[in-house]
Amino acid sequence: MDKFTTTYSQLLTRWHTLTAHRFFWPVFILAGLLFSIAAARLEILDQYVQLILIYVGINIILTVSLNLINGYMGEFSVGHAGFMAIGAYIASILTVSVFPQASVNFLFPVAILTGGIGAALIGFLVAIPSFKTRGDYLAIVTLAFGMIVKSCLENIDAVGGPRGFLGMDKLTTLPWVFFWTVLSVWVIRNLVYSKFGRGVLSIREDEIAASLMSVNTRQVKIIAFVVSSFFAGIAGGLFAHALQFINPRMFDILKSTDILIMVYLGGIASIAGSILGAIIYTILLEILRPMGVWRMVLMPLMLVLLMIYRPRGIMGLREAKMFVPLRDLILVKILRQKKKEATDASA
Amino acid sequence: MPLLEAKHITHRFDGLCAVDDFNFTLAPHELVGIIGPNGAGKTTLFNLITGVYRATEGTIQFSGKEIVGQTPHQINKLGIARTFQNIRLFKELTVLDNVRIAYYGKIIYSPLEALLHIGRFRAEEKRIAGMAMELLIIFKLDDLANVAAGSLPYGLQRKLEIARALATEPKLLLLDEPAAGMNPNEIISLMEFIGWIRKTFSVTIILIEHQMRLVMGICERLVVLDFGATIAEGLPAQIQNNPKVMEAYLGEEVKI
Repeated sequence: MDKFTTTYSQLLTRWHTLTAHRFFWPVFILAGLLFSIAAARLEILDQYVQLILIYVGINIILTVSLNLINGYMGEFSVGHAGFMAIGAYIASILTVSVFPQASVNFLFPVAILTGGIGAALIGFLVAIPSFKTRGDYLAIVTLAFGMIVKSCLENIDAVGGPRGFLGMDKLTTLPWVFFWTVLSVWVIRNLVYSKFGRGVLSIREDEIAASLMSVNTRQVKIIAFVVSSFFAGIAGGLFAHALQFINPRMFDILKSTDILIMVYLGGIASIAGSILGAIIYTILLEILRPMGVWRMVLMPLMLVLLMIYRPRGIMGLREAKMFVPLRDLILVKILRQKKKEATDASA
Repeated sequence: MPLLEAKHITHRFDGLCAVDDFNFTLAPHELVGIIGPNGAGKTTLFNLITGVYRATEGTIQFSGKEIVGQTPHQINKLGIARTFQNIRLFKELTVLDNVRIAYYGKIIYSPLEALLHIGRFRAEEKRIAGMAMELLIIFKLDDLANVAAGSLPYGLQRKLEIARALATEPKLLLLDEPAAGMNPNEIISLMEFIGWIRKTFSVTIILIEHQMRLVMGICERLVVLDFGATIAEGLPAQIQNNPKVMEAYLGEEVKI
């Protein structure tokens, strides 16, 4: 056992040195991009595995963005699928009906981006009632929001109503998913390690104390909601073009629950946790597929066990060092060093 | 010009009148104590001044500006900071982050610069981290910069809360029962500490306190509240012998 723990800690130290290297992320991203292009073009991975990886990526985007509200800010939003639906429908309408068919491949990122911006605008509107409400009340507001989105879509005949919307090309490829996943993780990490991110955390810890300590809680909530719903919209657009078919029922409360499960499985207020949660949940659901209906029994059971033995999730409130900006990781060390130099100089 | 001027402040919670026609003037660099029995409306008064509650009636002017109706962070920006009776630190966050959060209003970069870590972001973060650490060094908390605030011992939590309030660079500091739960020795060092803060940061201080030893020792002027109304005001020595105050604290004298 002792030998095992020492090997583990040695490996961990090596891993930390590796991830702290300044070329780690550029090399990782380049390698990931090359691999995903190769996988898609040269068919290294078969279609089924590719599709699962695409879902993993989409779920990572959804989980990281919802974690911003439910984990970092400590609010309880259950309407994430609603934002996803908005992104999905906007992007699909653009690629199917608006953009010329010949250039749809080029304009795909524009469609996804527009879907994200549309969702962000709606997120801005939802942020307003959240100034007045907290906890359970925000859950009710977002629950209502999800229902409104669903029933609106069901009653708009132009987008197929309850029958759904189809005709999208399979534009969501592995490289695109990889690109958007990296982008969303990077942007949300940046936000978390900025003054706005600290503001988000302070709202979770004590909103009144935060506002008395100069934090503009209104501004912080708007930014968190807008960024979170933006990436939900992005994920929705990718989802629509991976499945090539969407209908309003796909974005109901069950989908939001799925995302919530991934957040709490991985751990609140942790980017590494969100990624782990999304990967484990997506792949587990695939592995358990042969069990049929029984997996819907097994999954909740696992969640109950998780809540008993690890109530904060796998990574709850902890962050893997690789996602902490180097500056923040060694900040205290640098500051202490400076202090020491100052005292040495005066001595 | 007075630093703070409250006129006819009244605040009601439904039927209960927590503060009743309160009038108060504070000159710059004063150290005033507010005392009174439990439930006299002292903390409500702090909540009214800092914008947590909005006064039902009356006006409060801070260096000539009306602050009733402003949000807490706007009032903080004008230069009022406070601590809490029951310590309200950001417990899960580190000591350094607790102080860094209080610099929120002083950091100048846009959301876009924060999302992409570009532009002014790096320089501003560096500047603020340096300022936060300097403050922690002044308060001798720098060795604990990486520790979660909730795991600090009680006395240091009080100290950190004052440091966090001072990080917002206030002109007026409101201390809500800083000596709560302290023993006589700790109170003596707290008295020195408050005097030192006042000098070092040149702040005006209003102090709510139950510990007579503390208020009598350092306050230049006392205001006594009972049932939301001012019942006495003056020098500590005068207050000590005021029959109304004794009545509020000890009850009416009974003639047999």
